[in-house]
Amino acid sequence: MTGTGLAVPGRPPVRAGGFSGVWRPRLVTVTLVGVGLLVLVAAVNIGRGEFPISVGDVLGSLVGGGDRAQRFIVLQLRLPRTLTGLLVGAALGMAGAITQAITRNPLASPDLLGVTGAAGTAAVAVIAFGGGSGVVVGVLAQVGLPIAALLGGLLAAVLVYGLAYRRGVVSDRLVLVGVGVNAVAVAITSWLLVVADINQATQATVWLTGSLDGRDWAHVVPVAVALALLVPTGLRLSFGLGALALGDDTASALGVRVNRYRVALGLVALTLAAVATASAGPIGFVALVVPQICQRLVGGSAPPLVTSAVYGALLTVSADLIARTALPAELPVGIVTAVLGAPYLLYLLGRRNRGVRL
Amino acid sequence: MTDDPREPAGVRLRTEQLRLGYGDAVVIDGLDLDVLDGTVTAVIGPNGCGKSTLLRALSRLLPARAGHVLLDGRRIDRYPTREVAKVLGVLPQTPVAPDGLTVADLVSRGRHPHQAWYRQWSGDDEQAVAEALRWTGMSEFAERTVDTLSGGQRQRVWISMALAQGTDILLLDEPTTFLDLAHQVDVLDLVERLHREMGRTVVMVLHDLNLAARYAERLIAMRDGQIVADGSPKDVLTAELLRTVFDLEAQVIDDPVAGTPMVVPIGRRHRSTAADQ
Repeated sequence: MTGTGLAVPGRPPVRAGGFSGVWRPRLVTVTLVGVGLLVLVAAVNIGRGEFPISVGDVLGSLVGGGDRAQRFIVLQLRLPRTLTGLLVGAALGMAGAITQAITRNPLASPDLLGVTGAAGTAAVAVIAFGGGSGVVVGVLAQVGLPIAALLGGLLAAVLVYGLAYRRGVVSDRLVLVGVGVNAVAVAITSWLLVVADINQATQATVWLTGSLDGRDWAHVVPVAVALALLVPTGLRLSFGLGALALGDDTASALGVRVNRYRVALGLVALTLAAVATASAGPIGFVALVVPQICQRLVGGSAPPLVTSAVYGALLTVSADLIARTALPAELPVGIVTAVLGAPYLLYLLGRRNRGVRL
Repeated sequence: MTDDPREPAGVRLRTEQLRLGYGDAVVIDGLDLDVLDGTVTAVIGPNGCGKSTLLRALSRLLPARAGHVLLDGRRIDRYPTREVAKVLGVLPQTPVAPDGLTVADLVSRGRHPHQAWYRQWSGDDEQAVAEALRWTGMSEFAERTVDTLSGGQRQRVWISMALAQGTDILLLDEPTTFLDLAHQVDVLDLVERLHREMGRTVVMVLHDLNLAARYAERLIAMRDGQIVADGSPKDVLTAELLRTVFDLEAQVIDDPVAGTPMVVPIGRRHRSTAADQ
C-alpha cells in the first residue's frame, strides 16, 4: 500500500492490515513521557507514609516482589488511594478534552459548565440525608453516590445545553449559562450543608474539596469499571472530532450527524466527570487545565484525548503527593489542584480580552 | 473519484415545491429547480433573497418545511449522511479552521466520509490528499498552519479539502467573499478547472455579477425567495432584470475579454449622463 501512495508532508502513515492512521511522534513521545512520570510519581506517593518505602520497593511490590508486609502495605493500604487519584484524574482529563473539543471552547470543562458542581450537589444530598455514615461505608455510598452524582451532572448538562440552545449552540453562551447553573448548584449545596446534621455536613465539606483520604478498593472499582467502558467508547467516537472542529456546517457536509454525535460524546464526558466526582469529590481545574496544556505540549489544533487522560492522572496524583508532603497540614487534593489551576483560568480569561476567541 | 454510475447530463439535484424558513419566517416557498450533471450554476440575487438558504437546503444543512430536495432522484433527507458526503461536497460561506491546524491535516479531513475509526489514513486517502494539494498548488504549504496563510491561500486549502472529499457535486456559498479581485479570479479559475478537468457539477452563490456571468454557464436570479430568471448569462443579465431584481439602474455591455454580459451600474451621479446616450 505504502509504495503506491504519494507522500503528504507531515502525515507519515502507519498501516497494519485494515488499520491505518497517521504517525505522530510528538504525540506518542509526550504521552509515553507522561506515563513514565505517572508511574514514578505514583510510586513516590505510595511510598510516603508512616512507614516510608522506597520507589524501587514500591514498584517491586506492585509486580509481586518484596516481602509480605511491604506488599500488604502497598497493595492493601496505599495503592487504592493513589489508584483512585490516578483513575479520577484520567477520567477528568479525558472528560475535559472531550468537552473542549465538542464545544470548540478552551474554557468549556465539566467544572465550568456546572456539571461537576451539580454532581457534587446531588452527592452532598445523599451524604446529608441518605445514608447514616455517609460516604465512607454503606451500599448507598457505593451505589447511590455515583448514581446521584451522575443524575445531578446529567440534569446540569441538559439544563445548560437546553438554555444555551438557540438554533445551534454558541460556545460563549454555553459557558455563561454553565457559570449560572454552577452558581445555582453551589447555592443549593450550601443550603444542604446548613440544614444537614453537623457531622454529616463536616463529612460532606471534606468530600466537597475533593479528597483522596481513606480510599479503599471499593472506591477504585466503580471508577475503574467506568473508565474501562468509557475510554474505548470515547476514543472510538473521537474519530469525528477532526471534522467537528471545522464547524457544524462543514462537519455535517463531511458526513457527521452533528447533534447526535455531540450528544453521544457529551454523555461520555459527562459520565466520566460524574463518576470521578462520585469517587473523590469535585476535584477542580484538572478537566479545564490539563487538555489545554497537553495540546500545547503535543502541538496540533485540538486537545489530545489519551494524553489528557495520562496528564490528568499525573496532575491529580502529583497534587495528592504535594497535599500530603510539602504542606504542613495534610490537605485535600482538590485544594492543591485549585491552587495550581486557578492562575491558568485567569490566564485564559486574560488572553480572551486580548481578542482571542472565548 | 467515486464509483457511482451516473447518467450523462442527468439531473443530479432537484427541488420539488420546496419551502424553507427559519423560526416563523418562510424564506422560500414552492421552489422548483433542476441541476444538471456537469454544469456550473451561479445563484445571484440581492441580500436576503434566499440564495444562501437555498444552497443550505441543497447541502442538506437546512431541512425542508415542505416539498423535497432530491439527490440523484432520492430524497436527500432519507439518504445516509455519510453517503451524501461521498457525492456532495459543501464549502460554507466562512469556514473556520482551528488555530494550529496544518494545511495537510485540514485537507485530509475531506476524507472523513471515506474513513472509519480504525482506518484514518489509508493509501487511497494519502493519494487523494496529495493529488488535491498538488492540484490546487498547495503542496509546498502542506506543513504550514492554516492561520498563517493569506485569505486567497486559505480558500484554496478549503477547495482542496472539498476536492479530497472526491464528490461529483460541489456547492459553494460565496467562495470569493473577503478576497481581493485577483484572488476572486484565482478561486473561480480553480472552480472552472474543477468543472472542465474533473467534470464536477458546481452550484455556487456569487455576489459579483460579472464574475458570475463569466464563470457560470447558467445563472439563477432570485428575489424574495422566488426564482425570477433562469438561463444563460446572456438571457438573464439584462438591464430590465437588474432593475426588477436588484433595483439597480445599469447598462449591460459585452465583456471585452470573455464576451459574456458585463454589468455597468449607473448610480445616481451619472443617471442624467446615461439617459442622454
